[in-house]
Amino acid sequence: MASSYSAKEEDGQRAGAPGPAGNANSGKKPDNTAFKQQRLPAWQPILTAGTVLPAFFIIGLIFIPIGIGLFVTSNNIKEFEIDYTGTDSWSPCYNCAQNYSWNSSTPCRCTLPFTLEQPFESNVFMYYGLSNFYQNHRRYVKSRDDSQLNGDLSSLKYPSKECEPYRLNENKPIAPCGAIANSMFNDTLELYYIDPNGTQTLIPLMKKGIAWWTDKHVKFRNPGGSNANLTAVFQVSTKPVNWRNPVYELDSDPENNGFINEDFIVWMRTAALPTFRKLYRIIQKKNNMTPTLPRGNYTLEVVYNYPVNSFEGRKRMILSTISWMGGKNPFLGIAYITVGSVCFFLGVVLLFIHHKYGNRNNSSDIPN
Amino acid sequence: MLRRRINLLFGGDEKRVDSRTIYVGHRPCPATEAFIPPKFCDNRIVSSKYTIWNFLPKNLFEQFRRIANFYFLIIFLVQVIVDTPTSPVTSGLPLFFVITVTAIKQGYEDWLRHKADYEVNKYPVIVLEDGRSIRKESEKIKVGDIVEVVEDETFPCDLILLQSTRDDDTCFVTTASLDGESNHKTHYTVPDTEKDLQSLNATIECEQPQPDLYKFVGRMHIYKTDQEPAVRSLGPENLLLKGATLKNTKKIYGVAVYTGMETKMALNYQGKSQKRSAVEKSINAFLLVYLCILISKAVVCTTLKYVWQSQDGQDEPWYNEKTQKEKDTYVYLKMFTDFLSFMVLFNFIIPVSMYVTVEMQKFLGSFFITWDKDFFDPEIQEGALVNTSDLNEELGQVEYVFTDKTGTLTQNNMEYIECCIDGFQYRNSDSMSELDGFCVTDGPVSKLQQKAGRDKEELFLRALCLCHTVQVKEAGPDEIDSDQVDGLVSELSQPDEQRGFIASSPDEVALVKGAMKHGFTFLGLENKSMKIRNRENNVELYDLLHVLNFDPVRRRMSVIVRSKSGETLLFCKGADSSIFPRVRQEEVDRIRMHVERNATEGYRTLCVAYKQLSPEEFAVADAGLRDARLALQDREEKLMAVYNQVETSMSLIGATAVEDRLQEEAAETMEALQGAGMKVWVLTGDKMETAKSTCYACRLFQRGTELLELTVRTLEDGGRKREERLHELLLDYHKKAVQDAPPVKAGVTRSWSTANQEYGFIVDGATLSLVMNPSPDTNSSRYKSLFLQICQNCTAVLCCRMAPLQKAQIVKMVKNSKGSPITLSIGDGANDVSMILEAHVGIGIKGKEGRQAVRNSDYAIPKLKHLKKLLLAHGHLYYVRIAHLVQYFFYKNLCFILPQFLYQFFCGYSQQPLYDAAYLTMYNICFTSMPILAFSLLEQHIAIEYLLDNATLYREIAKNAMLKWGPFLYWTVLGIFQGLLFFFGVKYLFSNPALQDNGQVFGNWSYGTIVFTVLVFTVTLKLALDTRHWTWINHFVIWGSLAFYVFFSFFWGGIIWPFLKQQRLYFVFANMLSSVSAWLVIILLILLSLLPDILLMVFRKPRGPHARQMKRRLPSSGTSTIFMLSQTTSTHSFSWSD
Repeated sequence: MASSYSAKEEDGQRAGAPGPAGNANSGKKPDNTAFKQQRLPAWQPILTAGTVLPAFFIIGLIFIPIGIGLFVTSNNIKEFEIDYTGTDSWSPCYNCAQNYSWNSSTPCRCTLPFTLEQPFESNVFMYYGLSNFYQNHRRYVKSRDDSQLNGDLSSLKYPSKECEPYRLNENKPIAPCGAIANSMFNDTLELYYIDPNGTQTLIPLMKKGIAWWTDKHVKFRNPGGSNANLTAVFQVSTKPVNWRNPVYELDSDPENNGFINEDFIVWMRTAALPTFRKLYRIIQKKNNMTPTLPRGNYTLEVVYNYPVNSFEGRKRMILSTISWMGGKNPFLGIAYITVGSVCFFLGVVLLFIHHKYGNRNNSSDIPN
Repeated sequence: MLRRRINLLFGGDEKRVDSRTIYVGHRPCPATEAFIPPKFCDNRIVSSKYTIWNFLPKNLFEQFRRIANFYFLIIFLVQVIVDTPTSPVTSGLPLFFVITVTAIKQGYEDWLRHKADYEVNKYPVIVLEDGRSIRKESEKIKVGDIVEVVEDETFPCDLILLQSTRDDDTCFVTTASLDGESNHKTHYTVPDTEKDLQSLNATIECEQPQPDLYKFVGRMHIYKTDQEPAVRSLGPENLLLKGATLKNTKKIYGVAVYTGMETKMALNYQGKSQKRSAVEKSINAFLLVYLCILISKAVVCTTLKYVWQSQDGQDEPWYNEKTQKEKDTYVYLKMFTDFLSFMVLFNFIIPVSMYVTVEMQKFLGSFFITWDKDFFDPEIQEGALVNTSDLNEELGQVEYVFTDKTGTLTQNNMEYIECCIDGFQYRNSDSMSELDGFCVTDGPVSKLQQKAGRDKEELFLRALCLCHTVQVKEAGPDEIDSDQVDGLVSELSQPDEQRGFIASSPDEVALVKGAMKHGFTFLGLENKSMKIRNRENNVELYDLLHVLNFDPVRRRMSVIVRSKSGETLLFCKGADSSIFPRVRQEEVDRIRMHVERNATEGYRTLCVAYKQLSPEEFAVADAGLRDARLALQDREEKLMAVYNQVETSMSLIGATAVEDRLQEEAAETMEALQGAGMKVWVLTGDKMETAKSTCYACRLFQRGTELLELTVRTLEDGGRKREERLHELLLDYHKKAVQDAPPVKAGVTRSWSTANQEYGFIVDGATLSLVMNPSPDTNSSRYKSLFLQICQNCTAVLCCRMAPLQKAQIVKMVKNSKGSPITLSIGDGANDVSMILEAHVGIGIKGKEGRQAVRNSDYAIPKLKHLKKLLLAHGHLYYVRIAHLVQYFFYKNLCFILPQFLYQFFCGYSQQPLYDAAYLTMYNICFTSMPILAFSLLEQHIAIEYLLDNATLYREIAKNAMLKWGPFLYWTVLGIFQGLLFFFGVKYLFSNPALQDNGQVFGNWSYGTIVFTVLVFTVTLKLALDTRHWTWINHFVIWGSLAFYVFFSFFWGGIIWPFLKQQRLYFVFANMLSSVSAWLVIILLILLSLLPDILLMVFRKPRGPHARQMKRRLPSSGTSTIFMLSQTTSTHSFSWSD
């Protein structure tokens, strides 16, 4: 009885302020446990010049070699880039760029010659690059329906609201819906090697393995299972407005058709920055004797379908070899070398300071 | 005549609403024409705030009244209404979490209250109705019911005691659960009520319910057939309070006067006003800064968005058309919604979770105070008590300590030392011969018998035996009637020594025991007659006629007794200042010397006077007292007037000296507090001399301290007008202490060991009121500021002769002075409550003067010595912890949101979030909350022992040092630096997004995930760097959080979540980890972000245990009175060896 009173009294007094005390402690000796007495055994690290000094040297000694390694690796990566936007009148694609119309039935073709000064030895990865293209715009990023892309039949019929204004076309649901899908990159790039004797050979481009494995096999699925007749399944829907062909005619290979078309999947992974590149094809090394792309002259044949002039965008084709660190990027190597050097330099400075003033610090370390 | 007055009062009843009439047993009484049962509330106690039905709305309303919750609610609503970048879940979930947790907590507390209420309300009680005892539930008791209570039961409502089974018509109660006083208090039945309660026909008139536990005014009219109604006055001694427990009494009957929510206990439920800590104010200031950052970020982004969109083809490129709805929206409305969207996107910079974490830290952290075994006092079997956890960190910020003297600095453990009868000194004979040098020079010392006349001695000792309100604890009948004592003066029999006395003031017990040593033993009070045993072992009986109670204004108490020989005597004892004017002057002169010497020695002195009342005088006094006691209104004032009238022209018979020992380690504690840069002010109601000597003993005043006195004595020195003299003195002291003193750097850096002249300031209550409320013609505000400046420049200030309210006034004055310093009040008695409530932090000491101070305090400790650890160790650590917590929270959210802000420049200002919604939501809740919480509970950047040994460390955190703008700027710059580093580091990496060794590219979610990974690791490791005290818990939460983040990311990205609209993070994290470049950039960025901190830590002067500390050696001090006395007598020139 009495305790219930006092409990209430406590509550009333505190008026919302949580107080742990009161009932529990009266007349009871507090437990003598390390935790309650704030005497838990503890490691008390002290960062002094003495302890940090070796760390700086070690960091310097580790980072500088890594940085050099990265830098060398990056430099060894061969990369070739060609802009085929066709903004300048001398550019072969100028006409295509200027006379662009969505409805033209005949594709506009242009051919760009280029020369590789150095042979590309290992597998060569072919990218297309876009600039000033805001794939990371919020309205754009969210304009997709992942459950539709995952093969959900109801989403095929009733796409998500997020797809607006690319949700319905003439009262038929769009598949795949949304701005991302609608604006899929549809230039066709072909590469020809011009022999020194003048014959053109088409370089075989592989379109397998350009998308993330998990995307291709799990995240993206055709509706109605893998063996279904895509044409029939997609009959309820209509193609995105900007597309020439419906989604079930993206490729002849059933493993690469519909939503699991790898070009499509790559496009659907929205880029982080307005200037980006996306993997287009892979040129596989044939054998050990000949380089994948020997030095010499090439032509790039472009079926120019994708307009970028209206937003002052640029289109590029990039050929690149790949190392263990990915594509060519000198940033990491330079950053590692810089940080390593700075650490090393600081180590030297600290050592100097430690040596000069260390004695005083040391003596003060001893508590009286 | 009596009749007329009753009628008068009855007539007045209609007009006056401040009294209520109760019909005992609901029986109509003849005096009133019609019996109208008045309406009073029932006896149901409702302490709960909510019912099941109103819990949700009421609780939500209460919660959203908090400005922070309201802000988050607005953000949430904006997210729901406007098309915002992040789903409402991201801010709704944390808010929901916070609201739910709080609601559950409050609901649980309320449920407990409901349960307690139920228990109380359904408790069976016995009510007398129509001659039968009926069991009822407690809540059904109505005002006027006659209730039966048996031993060890608590009273179900406020009762007027009608009948007790004890012979002397008393009962004993303990009010331990009301005010913590565990002693038995005697309550009396209403005199002359009939034994047969069934036939009792009476009404009770009493005041309306009021919360003061110790005040009650009422009157009982007893109607008997064919007789004039009798009137009895009712006081607090007749009132049994709900919540108190009946003791030592078999059974009582009482009539309910106040029930339910009108009982005094219920009226005392009201909470205190909330105190806010300085840290909270800092948080609010920082919040404002961050709100500004947030708004400016949103404004910048909105502006730039519209600038950017005005360029050709950027607003709506062909690949990214707007919806019809967007096209239709007005531009200005769109701008506004864009602004709101940006606000929502960046709102994580002000985290909900900070409030939760701060609350949790405070709540959990305060357990360490209750758990501390150093605060446990074996004597009272209690440890420290935390009444509020809101002020933990304030304990580390105290600048002014206001301490009470009696019971706080001193033990309030009174010991009778000596007495002085008619100018002759009597010391306790045992120790007489051992007394050394410092003893008396002004009076002969020898055996009692050789001194003043035997009559005077006996009169004095009888006075000591009679003039008090002490009760004898009834341990058992055998002990009381124990065998005869044969030793006369010095020999004391064992049972007498063991006899327990209970009194409201320890002085009285000391005096009664003192009288016992001299041969007069108080045996107890029976049937209104006091029994004492005199030196000849004869029992003398005195009828106790009146007790003129002690009160702090009169500072004296009296009893009127009638001896067996028929003499009516008044004995009065009180402070010298209150007795001297009331006795003959020549008597005073003989005794004054003794009194003053005793006071200088630090004893409490009381003067004893007596007066023989002639029958006529007594009749007048008796009538006056009875009248005054019956008064319903202004009873206090009327009583006071009668008291003053009776207590005149007495003759002084002697004085007593009682020693109040210093508290354990009082001097060390005070020294430590001063060493910690706190200014200690002693506020006491005691005499200046006594207080001064206590100050010396506590080393508040040092050998070299120059005392500046501003008391009535110094004011009257010049023989001029008080005001003039006051002005002159103030200017003089001001010149000395303020103007001539070397400039003090930043207030706290002054070390007390420097050669500076130190000043101590003494002021008394009368002078203080002159300073505080000067006559209107003088320049009043000037006095106050002069006074304050002097005080602030003195190391210690002693304010004596203070009324309780004046204490609060002083605290308030300092609290509101320039720089608004943090004040702490510590006290143990009811007279300290006002200052405890006034100060920023109120500390109660679980002393002997009841529990009122403890009940009103924020923290309660058993002893003064515990204050040192409470402030220097707990306070210091709490402050450092919470300051770090606050800074860290702002920092981690700044570098969380900054990359998101920067990303807007690269995504067309489209409010695209950089991080996935799960990360946005979980960042503050899961990934980074536990390490900082553990840190803020466990961190000991300096070991507790070291903190206690080096009080000066406390100065390093004074003035809210860790939450000033400087450190805040450092943390903010660090946050900005890291935020920039995270974003741009990853951006340079993404200049070629082909980061995998199979040539595949990363998208925007990979970008965000890399930034987020760097972020989580950096902020966690930053905390790890700051942690100086790695317990296993720290290890567990820090590494556990990181592991959890990795695990969660795998998990979150490893499944196609059916409830998500977009599978943004599907395998993003795993793919990131498969890229060597990502690994390398994460490691690089983490290291680079932490580099400035590591460097700063190395270059900064080592702190804490590694700082050079000058240790001063001081003489080991104890509570030795000898030491204290030698100090005062040798003109404060004691020396120490260094």
